[in-house]
Amino acid sequence: MLTLISQLIPGAAYLLAAILFMYGLKQMSSPVSAPAGIRLAGVGMLIAVLASFFNVFGVKAAAKPHLMVNIILAGVAILLGAGAAWWKGRQVKMTAMPQMVAIYNGMGGGAAATIAAVELLGFGSEGMTRLIVTLTGAVIGAVSLSGSIIAWAKLDEVMKKPLRFKGQNLVNIFMLLITVGVAAYFVYIVASGTAPILSLHAIIAIFFGCALVFGVMMTLPIGGADMPVVISIYNAATGLAVALEGYVLQNPALMIAGMVVGAAGTLLTLLMAKAMNRSVSNVLFSDFGAESKHKHSAIKGTERPVEASDAAIFMRYAKSVIVIPGYGLAVSQGQEKLYEFVKLLLAAGVKVRFAIHPVAGRMPGQMDVLLAEAGVPYDLIFQLSDINDDFPTTDVALVIGANDVVNPAARTDKSSPVYGMPILDADKARHCYVIKRGQGKGYAGVENALFYAPNTNMVYGDAAAVCAEMIEAVRGLGAAAA
Amino acid sequence: MHFSFAISGFVGLYLFMLAGFGGWVIIGNVPAILHTPLMSGSNFVHGIVVVGAVFVMLNATNPAEQAIGFFAVLLGAGNAAGGYAVTDRMLAMFQTSGHAAAHKTAKRSSIKKAAKGSGS
Repeated sequence: MLTLISQLIPGAAYLLAAILFMYGLKQMSSPVSAPAGIRLAGVGMLIAVLASFFNVFGVKAAAKPHLMVNIILAGVAILLGAGAAWWKGRQVKMTAMPQMVAIYNGMGGGAAATIAAVELLGFGSEGMTRLIVTLTGAVIGAVSLSGSIIAWAKLDEVMKKPLRFKGQNLVNIFMLLITVGVAAYFVYIVASGTAPILSLHAIIAIFFGCALVFGVMMTLPIGGADMPVVISIYNAATGLAVALEGYVLQNPALMIAGMVVGAAGTLLTLLMAKAMNRSVSNVLFSDFGAESKHKHSAIKGTERPVEASDAAIFMRYAKSVIVIPGYGLAVSQGQEKLYEFVKLLLAAGVKVRFAIHPVAGRMPGQMDVLLAEAGVPYDLIFQLSDINDDFPTTDVALVIGANDVVNPAARTDKSSPVYGMPILDADKARHCYVIKRGQGKGYAGVENALFYAPNTNMVYGDAAAVCAEMIEAVRGLGAAAA
Repeated sequence: MHFSFAISGFVGLYLFMLAGFGGWVIIGNVPAILHTPLMSGSNFVHGIVVVGAVFVMLNATNPAEQAIGFFAVLLGAGNAAGGYAVTDRMLAMFQTSGHAAAHKTAKRSSIKKAAKGSGS
């Protein structure tokens, strides 16, 4: 009877959870139903976790004497882990979201790897397939864990420069081969029953050590600008690791949920890489973002700085404005001020829209979230493919804290590192205003010809401060008229 | 009647294939505006690993397994709870403007359809 409960209840609960996860993710394909979608998935998670405790009735005989301690430990671990992550997740700033996702993702990879570690410690005669699947999941989970931590460090700017040296790819491949070699040796020992040169525990420790180091080494040379793609890859990797460990534990909920995320993460990675016009292998193995060795074709012309108030008044009397926000806006926390300014323009009858580049911010879609946080309704927000054709018929393109995503060199200059990336055609608008902290290069470290174009004016200053000045200017105008 | 089952060999591969295809199709429809919540949401979904971790923890037979199992549950629970917290926060921010702006692209109209479908 008890065995029946330990099979029936978790089995039914996992099935329900799998349905809720898939349906919840489906609901997330529209901003309207998305909040309900994540809540459904959350309910699924809650049900699955509660049901997992019914396994107490079906633990293996050897674990029975430890059951009480194990239950308490599991409960404490859930409360501690969930409590800390929940608290942190509730109070973290929206701009720091990519780092946070990286950390949570690393935790998932770590959980998969530690499950594999326990399985390996107690590995008996469950068969070669399961052993190999366990080891594969372990490598992927461990790489995802250490790689995500490096990704976090880079996004949080704990680690500022990508670390590169000659022959790095060779060293990384060597590291991976060692990891696979240790895993193969472990399989050999278990299969043949020969005595290992070290204790089994030591071999397992070396195996995980190698996998963790490989994750670090693989992520170190990748520049900060590419981190979104990297997090997305690790997100898919963690999903895969979870699915593989699910197979080992014979748990279909882990297998389905993990594989869904594995596929979704892979698709998202490809979409992102496509938006940057780079292949995934190019992101992982090339040294993009390094100080380019070749000289760029010198850009002719000078930058023309203007006052914020002049720019504001010009836009007030324009017919149409497209705002192109970038990460610089988020850094200065100017989203709310910007929207206040936009509201003034809208009230004055100007047609204002936001154009979002797929890789604006440090994560695909992060800019959408930041604008939503400031209260910008999402029907004013347009994606690159929906709005790019409208620039030639638009009076003003207002570039605010963005740089690489509006660099015309991406269309024309084959020697430029950003060549081929789809850009927002701000240079095709009749006039262009660029709000920028100072004369400098973008995240990718490339000069931008747009800033020197004859129809471009530069407004130097902190994005939030400039927006405040522009609000003043337009309000002053209204007051003068009245 | 018994409810135990074994997923072995090809059955496992079938399950992976179907789930993978399902994930691919489901995510393929998500507009770019939701990519960050989606990444974070799928990050939350693989937090299901906590269920496996609890299973391993309950079946631990010695202090080493208990210690590692404890970490597995800790990390898995963090993944699930944190992933949910940030995704929910992000999604709560999306709102539409009151004035019915005339965007008649296909993507927008599909959003409106979904709005009707959800009913709230």
